[in-house]
Amino acid sequence: MNDLKNSQLWQLILANARELLREPAVLFWGIGFPILMSLGLGVAFTKKKDVTVMVAVIGRNHLVHTLADSVSVIQSFLQNNRAVLKVGKDGSLSRELTVPDEKLGGTNYIFRDLSWKTAMVMLKRGNLNLVMDEAQGLIQYHFDPMNPDAQLTYLKFSKLMQDPELIIRPSETEIQPLDVTGSRYIDFLVPGLICMGVMMSCMWGVSYEIIEKRSKKLLRRMIATPMKRSNFLVALITVRIAMNFVESGLLFLFAWLVFHITIQGSVPALILFFISGNIAFAGIAVFLSCNTAKTEIGNGLINLVSMPMMVLSGIFFSYHNFPGWSIPAIQKFPLTMMADGVRSIFIEGAGFGEIMLPAVIMLATGVVFFTAGLKLFKWH
Amino acid sequence: MKQEAVIQVKNVHKSFKSVHAVKGINLEILPSQFLALLGPNGAGKTTLVEMIEGIQKPDSGEILITGKPWKGNEKEFRRIIGLSLQETRFIDKLRVFETLRLFASFFSLGAERCEEVMSLVGLEEKRQAYVVNLSGGQRQKLALGVALLNKPKILLLDEPTTGLDPQARREVWMILKKLKDASFTSLILTTHYMEEAEQLCDYIVIMDHGTILKEGTLHDLLGKSSADIEEKEEYRGPPRNLDEVFIELTGRHLNE
Ligand SMILES: Nc1ncnc2c1ncn2[C@@H]1O[C@H](COP(=O)(O)OP(=O)(O)OP(=O)(O)O)[C@@H](O)[C@H]1O
Ligand SMILES: [Mg+2]
Repeated sequence: MNDLKNSQLWQLILANARELLREPAVLFWGIGFPILMSLGLGVAFTKKKDVTVMVAVIGRNHLVHTLADSVSVIQSFLQNNRAVLKVGKDGSLSRELTVPDEKLGGTNYIFRDLSWKTAMVMLKRGNLNLVMDEAQGLIQYHFDPMNPDAQLTYLKFSKLMQDPELIIRPSETEIQPLDVTGSRYIDFLVPGLICMGVMMSCMWGVSYEIIEKRSKKLLRRMIATPMKRSNFLVALITVRIAMNFVESGLLFLFAWLVFHITIQGSVPALILFFISGNIAFAGIAVFLSCNTAKTEIGNGLINLVSMPMMVLSGIFFSYHNFPGWSIPAIQKFPLTMMADGVRSIFIEGAGFGEIMLPAVIMLATGVVFFTAGLKLFKWH
Repeated sequence: MKQEAVIQVKNVHKSFKSVHAVKGINLEILPSQFLALLGPNGAGKTTLVEMIEGIQKPDSGEILITGKPWKGNEKEFRRIIGLSLQETRFIDKLRVFETLRLFASFFSLGAERCEEVMSLVGLEEKRQAYVVNLSGGQRQKLALGVALLNKPKILLLDEPTTGLDPQARREVWMILKKLKDASFTSLILTTHYMEEAEQLCDYIVIMDHGTILKEGTLHDLLGKSSADIEEKEEYRGPPRNLDEVFIELTGRHLNE
């Protein structure tokens, strides 16, 4: 027991772990930030929110009943359906009508009486996208046919005019939302965030750490002892991978509690795959940091490697939107490989069979870069 | 009978691009000898010491430790050498004791030795302090403690007292004096302080511009130098101390 406690590998691991845990900023960026990101993006893209659209009504005053006029179609529609009349601070009148919809998200219409000119100004500013007027009991809709939002507003509202019952009737039964676990955006996002976290954590926690210790001349002090050089790197990587397990575990726990995401495939396969992904990035990180003692250069190298992968590897949105010729190349990036694999286990229920090949490739990547890095490694 | 030298430096040269930092230096350090390497900034002290430490490689010449070259014997040498570099920062967020523990583990030593060293260098009170929060002097003491962990046969200290107040400097001297009394360790110490060389070391080497200007015991240096000076016209009597010897030799002050 004492032998273990006195062994250099154990003491190096302890030192690295202490250094890491005593740096609150590290904990925030490693744990807090990914969770906040999943929360923000998850809520933004998972819940269908109610939308508010403004519709301009041109010409005569359609919103309030005046004795002088015959009742217009729009006016009677709004009144019959109890659209709420509101008076703005500037005395302008508007009516609001809310159409709830559990499945598609509700729509909150605001109708305003406007002159054609004002309506056009507001249209150009993007405040509204549908303009209505009425001639001889016929409603005319003016909107930009190229604007899908405008089209949607038109389709929704004209349908409502024909079938006002929609306001009180529950959502249509023929619509079956596909928000079962596994097909939502959050299910796509969380595995990606986990992989991105591993990459960033290795880049900063291994690469930057090494460069900083080199620039402080600590590496040179350490190798002026009988310390085994590989122990230093192994300890650094071990602590980092352990930390990545904690970070990813907490992110998953959070996503499970809040968004009920699940792992459909094999958990042991996931663990194996996760470790091999970690080793790939740790190896790359050692290689990146093997030569320079300047933290600025380290910064640049880390960005050079991680930025393209962040953008191309389909962390936030599927890389299948990129041109077809580029996809085979993108799929060979370590981050793509890891994210695809982790996703396939999370969402598609993959097991050892499906992930074995990429796991071996990532492992080999890590070992090759680590070995090359160690060969070229400058201790001072 | 002539004692076998612990360290032999034979005609060693080292250049960095345009700077010829060490130009053909020869040195011998005997067992339990304390040697001071004196010289102004840029004299080549650190470069020389780091070559002896095996951290830098000489361009030409030979360095032997206990009669053997660095090549092929690094593992053995690392166990018997203790050193402190001119500038090292340890891990900021590690405590003093943890830092000692880490370095002790490199020599397969345990907590016991760390306790000993901590009291030896007088850092017991700072045991739980983070390295980042130590004062400059305390940091130097920690570096000295780390150097002493393995009870080194050869100790190489690069400016161990630079930047310390007189009190702290005296404390470091006391530690080194104890080491001298034990006469197990040979020491090379670089310094800008004459007093330090006089107080601690039995052999003094004055170097500048990569070469040795003068070497010998304190007595030798004071004597010989006065002879040199006597030849000059404006003789002002024999120099009273090393400071004057040094200014005579280099034309500048040590701390320049
Ligand atoms: N890595 C290096 N690259 C380039 N030049 C160097 C390097 N190390 C030392 N030098 C140069 O070699 C010369 C000797 O430097 P050295 O550090 O050995 O001096 P020193 O006697 O230790 O000085 P100080 O008292 O300031 O510590 C200096 O001119 C220095 O600029
Ligand atoms: Mg120096």
